[in-house]
Amino acid sequence: MSDSADITRRQVLRRIGLTALAAGPGAGLLSACATAGGGSASSTAPTASAAATSAANPFGVRAAAPLEVVIFSGGYTDAYATQIHEPLFNKTYAQSVIKHTATQKIGTQLRPRFVSGDVPDVVNNSGAETLDLVALQQEGHLADLTPLFEAPSIDDPAKKVLDTLTGGVLENSLVAGKPHVLNYTVSHRGLWYNAKLFAEKGWQVPTTWDAFLALCEQIKSAGITPFAYPGQVGPFYQTWNLLYTAAKTGGNQVLIDIDNLVDDAWRNPAVVQAVTAWADVQKRFGDKAYFGLDHTQTQLKQLQNKVALYPCGSWIENEMVKDTPAGFEYAVMPNPNVTATDKMPPEAFFVGVGENFFVSAKGKNPAGGLEYLRVMLSKEGAKGFTDKTKNLTVVNGAAEGLDLPPGLRSAAKVQDAAGRNIITDARFEGWYKELFDYSQAQTNSAMAGRITPEEFADRMQKKADAIKKDSSVSKQTRSV
Amino acid sequence: MGRHRRPLFIVGFLIAPVTLYVVFVISPYLQAFQIALTNWRGISANPEYIGFENFARLVDDEVFWEAVRHHGVLLLALPLLTISIALVFAFLLNLGGGVRGGVMSGIWGSKFYRVVFFFPQVLAVAVVGVLFQAIYRPDDSGVLNGALIRLGLEPVGWLTEPSLAFWSILAVMVWQAVGFYVVLFSAGMAAIPGDVFEAAALDGAGRFRLFFSVTLPLLWDTLQVGWVYLGIAAFDGFALVQVLSVDRGGPENATTVLPLEIWKTAFSYTKFGYASAMGVALFFMTITFAALTLRVSRRERIEY
Repeated sequence: MSDSADITRRQVLRRIGLTALAAGPGAGLLSACATAGGGSASSTAPTASAAATSAANPFGVRAAAPLEVVIFSGGYTDAYATQIHEPLFNKTYAQSVIKHTATQKIGTQLRPRFVSGDVPDVVNNSGAETLDLVALQQEGHLADLTPLFEAPSIDDPAKKVLDTLTGGVLENSLVAGKPHVLNYTVSHRGLWYNAKLFAEKGWQVPTTWDAFLALCEQIKSAGITPFAYPGQVGPFYQTWNLLYTAAKTGGNQVLIDIDNLVDDAWRNPAVVQAVTAWADVQKRFGDKAYFGLDHTQTQLKQLQNKVALYPCGSWIENEMVKDTPAGFEYAVMPNPNVTATDKMPPEAFFVGVGENFFVSAKGKNPAGGLEYLRVMLSKEGAKGFTDKTKNLTVVNGAAEGLDLPPGLRSAAKVQDAAGRNIITDARFEGWYKELFDYSQAQTNSAMAGRITPEEFADRMQKKADAIKKDSSVSKQTRSV
Repeated sequence: MGRHRRPLFIVGFLIAPVTLYVVFVISPYLQAFQIALTNWRGISANPEYIGFENFARLVDDEVFWEAVRHHGVLLLALPLLTISIALVFAFLLNLGGGVRGGVMSGIWGSKFYRVVFFFPQVLAVAVVGVLFQAIYRPDDSGVLNGALIRLGLEPVGWLTEPSLAFWSILAVMVWQAVGFYVVLFSAGMAAIPGDVFEAAALDGAGRFRLFFSVTLPLLWDTLQVGWVYLGIAAFDGFALVQVLSVDRGGPENATTVLPLEIWKTAFSYTKFGYASAMGVALFFMTITFAALTLRVSRRERIEY
């Protein structure tokens, strides 16, 4: 799931809503697009005779082979591909004609093509309609990225590509135990605030829960809502917030157990404690109006200094750039620790990777696809991406020398302070979307006080158990 | 034209629309039945058949039954409310003014109201959704809550309270549908010969008596059509719920409807087989409803 595309994700949702409406009550029946049926569609994949491999051409790319690239044109737009990555690829392979497709409907456009076997080489699988990676993997559509990670880096042939990347890329690339998907961007999630407002009022970043509650009191007495999250669209911002707070108390193992559908993982005291703490903040300092607002409305309120702290990721700065007034400067803080005996220190912070790219194993030019990803992971490619999108990539040190906006600078600083204490991402979000959707509804219920934190844990556990038993859902596991 | 060429002529006209209909409507319907028996996840070219497992799972699916329950309520409330309101309006617009110059006429300003009532029908559903987002907005920028706050009252979570959200969305559906049925019933009333009313009026029937004893029985056919249309609409509701509800069908599934569940199951959870099974269930519900309504409401026609 892409972190960057929230605005467009919503627009896309609406548009789908309209399409389905046009089809009337039969929409559900019409929705399933045709299966090819009959013969195997996979036989049309000519991997063709590859060119000889060399140090400069580790995958054996044929110089004149065309390459098809599909980019999700959401929050990042597709300029980074057309203006940076594709020209860079053509620099080495000038004869290769790149067919570029930009779309906001990855699923609608590509699903029939994967069924028929006529697949694009590189896919930026992002937005509201991502393709199911596990289903693709089961059909053998995903190329193994091991050669990519093992290949020499473009900038320093003495180094493997993987060694130029931030931690977590390999772990997050695994589908059914093998590296199949490249996460290209890094994002930071925490509580976002207006650095200028905080400086002006003399408010300090809290590290303990007591200090956090005291800060909320101060903010409240200044006539500002201390904390809000969007309940209508984007309650998962708060779901993340709950999970990361739980991870701070109980360590990353809490989230790993939840992802692995371990028995009673949701009933972990750290989870219940986190929900209790945040529901209490909502009750004492929240405004129930935000249960009915979407993320854009809530973020606008923050820009008007009506909301002080907002749980979100580092894409927020770019998302709101057009509406950000002069007196507003984004900054981020890690979630304060709930107990004095938390397993993680107060500096612990969420750094995650996102924005999926994969290469089609059954495409016409899989070697070219791998090379395209290697170009993306060069310093020049990564720097160009950061420059275009104001988002950092997984490539270490690629943003050096770039003039970064204040929110991103703040995030980088908090990440430095966190060092090795990085909160892991909860992957059930992508693995078991049904469980993730359910967790959002339960987050709203718990935060509104309709259910107790214990009931929250019970309901989540029941749903997780049901998914565990559901044979139609293929299971995934993680060890780190 | 020779008699023997007539069938050819008819077929010539029909072939294009029927082909289109078969390819784009009938065949996907049939395929949905086929996919409902598989565990297709949207990628494989050869889905695996699993028999009626998907349907067996529907039986224990709480959210599915919640959605079905909402359709049940919609099926009663949507036609009842819409038709009642539309009938009153149509009567007032056409006959409510009493006899003027020997002709039944509407109340003062009826021409103006006729246009106003039809406005919502002209708006796209998405526009209506966004409009009501602004009306129901939970803070002081909301139309309703802004007024409540100015009056010193507590704002109401129209779409965030599980007990209220469904009715808030139902109100939008009624608001949007009424205009069309006012026009439909107006046309029906215009088809009733004026002398019937005149005779009744001469016999001393008041407006209430005119409405219940003359207009309503003579409008029965039109009402029946309206009921079927609204009943079918009650099996949809996708767009409004999608745009208005809190986290897609929430809070706590209080507003969810089958088309939304189908869409989520298919496109978010990529369980196309299970989604098709829901679609098939919905198909049978819609068909049963239409058949039942036409059967139950069949009545003798009155010839003028």
